[in-house]
Amino acid sequence: MKPKVAFYWCASCGGCEEAVVDLGEELLTVADAVDIVFWPVAMDFKTSDVEALADGELAAAFVNGAIRTSEEEEMVRLLRRKAQVVVAFGACAWLGGIPGLANLYGRRSILDYVYGEEPSLEEHDGARPQEETDVAEGHVSLPTFDDDVRTLDQVIEVDYFLPGCPPPGELIRTAITALIEGTLPEKGSVLAPDVALCSDCPRLPSKPEKPSVKRFVRPHQVQIDPDLCLLAQGLICLGPATRSGCGAVCIAANMPCTGCMGPVSRVVDHGAKAMSAMASLLEADDEAEADALIGEIADPVGTFYRYSLPASLLHRRREPEAAGRSPS
Amino acid sequence: MSEPDETFEPRIVAFFCNWCTYTAADLAGISRMTYAPNVRVVRLMCSGRLDPQFVLAALRDGADGVLIGGCHPGDCHYQLGNYNAQRRVLLLKRMLRAMGIEDERVRLEWISAAEGEKVQRVCNEMTEQVRALGPLHLAAVPRREAS
Repeated sequence: MKPKVAFYWCASCGGCEEAVVDLGEELLTVADAVDIVFWPVAMDFKTSDVEALADGELAAAFVNGAIRTSEEEEMVRLLRRKAQVVVAFGACAWLGGIPGLANLYGRRSILDYVYGEEPSLEEHDGARPQEETDVAEGHVSLPTFDDDVRTLDQVIEVDYFLPGCPPPGELIRTAITALIEGTLPEKGSVLAPDVALCSDCPRLPSKPEKPSVKRFVRPHQVQIDPDLCLLAQGLICLGPATRSGCGAVCIAANMPCTGCMGPVSRVVDHGAKAMSAMASLLEADDEAEADALIGEIADPVGTFYRYSLPASLLHRRREPEAAGRSPS
Repeated sequence: MSEPDETFEPRIVAFFCNWCTYTAADLAGISRMTYAPNVRVVRLMCSGRLDPQFVLAALRDGADGVLIGGCHPGDCHYQLGNYNAQRRVLLLKRMLRAMGIEDERVRLEWISAAEGEKVQRVCNEMTEQVRALGPLHLAAVPRREAS
């Protein structure tokens, strides 16, 4: 019998699903080798189909997206029970990803803004989403919107992590092949090379021994030289602090690395390491001058923790009076 | 800010460089200077060794403030380490501000080996500043329940 696999999405954009579809004809080969028994974005199966499986009947569940609602939590707990191997698929599932930047706010401030302050064509009437409502047709319920965004392994045990936003096709192929052939590495591994992007960067030969930067610039402010190390051009490129395995596609497109592949295994807090790498490049020694130049870096949290805020040491913005996670 | 809690004793983790500030702390001790016992000192070979992760890990694991001490500009034993520390701390503080953590909780000071009284003054000052701010109380990082 062919091994059964499931794909599921939580708080994500759909790009990870796209990455699976982007395997193209190879997807048919995969479909020959495994039985896809659950994939809400592409195939018509219901939660009850998963519930009907025996525990451990799934060879693997690929889960993308971070965890923000009680529904997502319920589904990943179900998939954890049914699957022998759970793979956190993509930056959001591994580190929180872009949706994780919502940890700069809490549940209450998000709902207050979206349903109260956001400019709108309709007047705000103070309505808020309710978890339980009685309507003519009967009683309806909605999932709970949690107070924070969590990574997948902050909710369930995860066996493997596939990095990237979305994971590169090559890494997906390697992972699926290893799963089918039973050659997966040690549990807990990140299924990507464990070196920094700089070591695989086509522009490495042009990287100065010690790059130094007079001031940081953003891509729209300069004409970027397509052959020269981006750090040497003053761009904030997170290559020195980010895991390789993406094929440096952004660099090839003349854009700096934003860190979607996450940290290497020796790093605890990706953003902190990225800040450390960038700050030391600045030439300014005078405190006031250095502070002014660092002040030009727009949005330090969004720049250095773009994909990893929920997985960071701070996890979320500090709000002394924040409510705890709503009971689900 | 809430009323200062009389029973709150701030916990401050200090990272002092081997050549200047740590030596100054030694001098303060030898000179029988007394200062707030709230500061726990970790010795680094150079303030340039300060990884921003150290500061975040200290705050995560219960410190209410972090003090970093290095050689005066131009005096670094390794020539440039203190400038790197300064740039890292400046950037880190901007990030911390955006994350809702007050500026006064992280402080960088240049203290030479001869400035025992500056160790005393800075440790006392920072202890009182952090005491006035109150406990840091970071929200816990969620952990999955044991399966």
